[in-house]
Amino acid sequence: MAIQEKVDAVIVGMGWTGAILAKELTDAGLKVVALERGADRDTYPDFVYPKVNDELAGSVHRKYLQSLSKETLTIRHNVSQQAVPYRQMGSFKPGDGVGGAGTHWSGCHFRALPEDFNLRSNYESRYGKSFIPKEMTIQDFPVTYEELEPHFDHFEQVCGTAGQAGIINGLPIAGGNPFEGSRSRHFPLAANPDYLGGKQFAQAARNFGYHPYPIPAANASGPYKNPYGCQLGPCNFCGFCSDYGCLNYSKASPNACILPVLRQRKLFELRPNSQVLRVELDSDKKKATGVTYLDASGHEQTQPADLVILAAFSYLNVHLMLLSGIGKPYDPNTGEGVVGKNYTYQNLTRMTLFFDKSVQGNPFIGIGGAGQVIDDFNGNQIDNAKLGYLGGSVLWARQPGGGPVRGISLPPGTPKWGSAWKKAAQDHFRHQFYWEVQGANMAYQDCYLDLDPTYKDAFGRPMLRMTFDWKDNEIKANQYMVGKLEEMARSLNPLAISADAKKPGEHYNTTRYQSTHTCGGAIMGDNPKNSAVNRYLQSWDVSNVFVMGACAFPQNNGYNPTGMVGALAYWSAKAIREQYLKAPGPLVHA
Amino acid sequence: MNPEDKQETYESRRAFFKKTLTLIPLTVVASQVPGFVDAAPGPSSQSPSATPHSTTAQPYAPVFFNELEWAFVNAACARLIPSDALGPGAIEAGVPEFIDRHMQTGYAAGDIWYLQGPFHEAGPEFGYQGKLPPRDILRVGISALDNWCKGQYAGKRFSELPGSEQEAILKKIEAGEIKTEGVPSKVFFSHLLNETLYGFFSDPQYGGNKDMIGWKLVGYPGVRADFMDWVEQTSKPYPLPPVSMSGRRG
Repeated sequence: MAIQEKVDAVIVGMGWTGAILAKELTDAGLKVVALERGADRDTYPDFVYPKVNDELAGSVHRKYLQSLSKETLTIRHNVSQQAVPYRQMGSFKPGDGVGGAGTHWSGCHFRALPEDFNLRSNYESRYGKSFIPKEMTIQDFPVTYEELEPHFDHFEQVCGTAGQAGIINGLPIAGGNPFEGSRSRHFPLAANPDYLGGKQFAQAARNFGYHPYPIPAANASGPYKNPYGCQLGPCNFCGFCSDYGCLNYSKASPNACILPVLRQRKLFELRPNSQVLRVELDSDKKKATGVTYLDASGHEQTQPADLVILAAFSYLNVHLMLLSGIGKPYDPNTGEGVVGKNYTYQNLTRMTLFFDKSVQGNPFIGIGGAGQVIDDFNGNQIDNAKLGYLGGSVLWARQPGGGPVRGISLPPGTPKWGSAWKKAAQDHFRHQFYWEVQGANMAYQDCYLDLDPTYKDAFGRPMLRMTFDWKDNEIKANQYMVGKLEEMARSLNPLAISADAKKPGEHYNTTRYQSTHTCGGAIMGDNPKNSAVNRYLQSWDVSNVFVMGACAFPQNNGYNPTGMVGALAYWSAKAIREQYLKAPGPLVHA
Repeated sequence: MNPEDKQETYESRRAFFKKTLTLIPLTVVASQVPGFVDAAPGPSSQSPSATPHSTTAQPYAPVFFNELEWAFVNAACARLIPSDALGPGAIEAGVPEFIDRHMQTGYAAGDIWYLQGPFHEAGPEFGYQGKLPPRDILRVGISALDNWCKGQYAGKRFSELPGSEQEAILKKIEAGEIKTEGVPSKVFFSHLLNETLYGFFSDPQYGGNKDMIGWKLVGYPGVRADFMDWVEQTSKPYPLPPVSMSGRRG
């Protein structure tokens, strides 16, 4: 094993949070080495036209996503089952390579609602302590919306996010989300233009008395230079957004928005094709000494560092913590231990609306994360006691772009092949759009992550094991929301609609893409008994390890996580710069 | 050309393909797989002869499939996306060629799947838990289905049965009503159908979607990838024909 020269900080993973921390820590004068398991990637030469506009490469060969051949996880529905490997990519799509999932996301860029932060105490004060079922292990975030606001704002500025503010400094602004937390200023760019399905959604929503607003989208609506001097160009709606890197410097990504600066810094060294195996701890397991990784040639290397930043994809951070002995593993039987606790997901259903040939849905036009959305069934807008479930949802119209290799939706009952399929594909491909329900996922005592006792990855490490299933609460929420969305859809008199609300007793299906919003497992909290990291994302147990990503969410809300993930990374970086570096050690005393 | 003429042309092409099937040599040529390279060709790097655009050109000689498998793939493709009154189908689009070439890629060898044991049975919600990569799912499934046909139809293989019978068999296998040895029949069918759809709709450089037949059928503009002038245009149909990665217009 070779030992590299010691650096101030080593960062595991070069997606959004790795790039943010690398920028902030080199700003502070630290020597930073970033280890990325995948290849180096950039707009040129990896995402250029027409090479990137290849559905077979992007969505079948999944060229821009992680191969599962060496490293995957196992999944089961409950503690009594044998978990089996996630062998083919389906339900969620981890990325790899420089940029990570930040290259192949769509760009939906929400902030959480203020009441998403104090979820448990908010429900307890609204409905009484007994309202929350015992097995539901939801917790408050140990940080408030107000504390994160400058960081939400800064991340939007870095991304060139396009949107319409609803509240600025407490004052309502027409056309935005009237239910949002107050912003300190406008979005850096105006909202993107609307496609047909978005316009129709907004109209239908207004007819029902709801409050539609443009989805905040990290897809530039005009020329833009971010605070780092990186330039973005207006989105041309190419239709290759989810699964793909952006050909046009329009979709915000670490590659387009942060790496152009980092790559020029002498304090920053990026080592792609470097698979981190574990974090090395000193003998009393209170301090990390660095990380051990396999370099591009497959040789084991150790990178000593004073500070270790785990910035891999959400659950992979949890995997590294469990493999390295950082924090006590969670035990679902006793509820004790913290690492792996509160794994949560996203409760999503798509509804496709089919029309006659006079309606030009043009699903091949993609507008990234943009579209129209309502918050009328999210946060404190709903009476959970009356509805009988916890957690809010958003309803939206989105169109990141789709082509026929990615699949042509057809009305229910249409044959999947033969002349009848062919006729239906011709009749319907251009004349449809889809709307979706995206709901929160509460945390449960028996939904968690741990190390698999049977399966090992190609590096000889126990795989991560996910134990997760849908609960009655989420099924009830989904059924109610799909019903509401269907009312709106019916008001347009479509020829047909397709949507499968979750059915009672329905199990989590790992083969159907739902969302890459995998959350929890290394949650943040106000004391070491209920959480793996403190309010600054610092490990309670190993104080020179900071853990980024949606793994910090105590439970998942109704929004896409990236806005929150970016804001938390900046919040953590500020604490490292202003507090930790001055006096290394625990920033919160238990 | 009126629609009747079209129909006749496609029918005669199908007859041509049926005949040529028996002429295909068994030689397996170890060759590079054009199209399946990391760097996609630029607009000028592909000569017209590299991607045959006429269905009457020299028939494609399969490299991955043997003669019996090739007969099955051609027969199945002709049923899954038939040539009919709406226009040409999978055969005319070169889908069998696509599949044969696609089966020679790293993807088909299982490059992005986790294929290590142990192998445990699990419910359908956990996906295919067997040990076969995509190319072997097809190969094992084809052999199993041909064997099933031979037992049911006095020694005849799938490709030797009348079209109506083939359709009935495909419906049964789609519904999981036929047991295929070595691979779950629903898994086999979904791979066969997906490969056919990929071949019908992927960029023509991969051997299928010849003359952008698939894209023209549904009105997909291919890789135009710029709709700045059309995102808010909702009253008129999108007017431009498809364009392929090589810059060809359909």
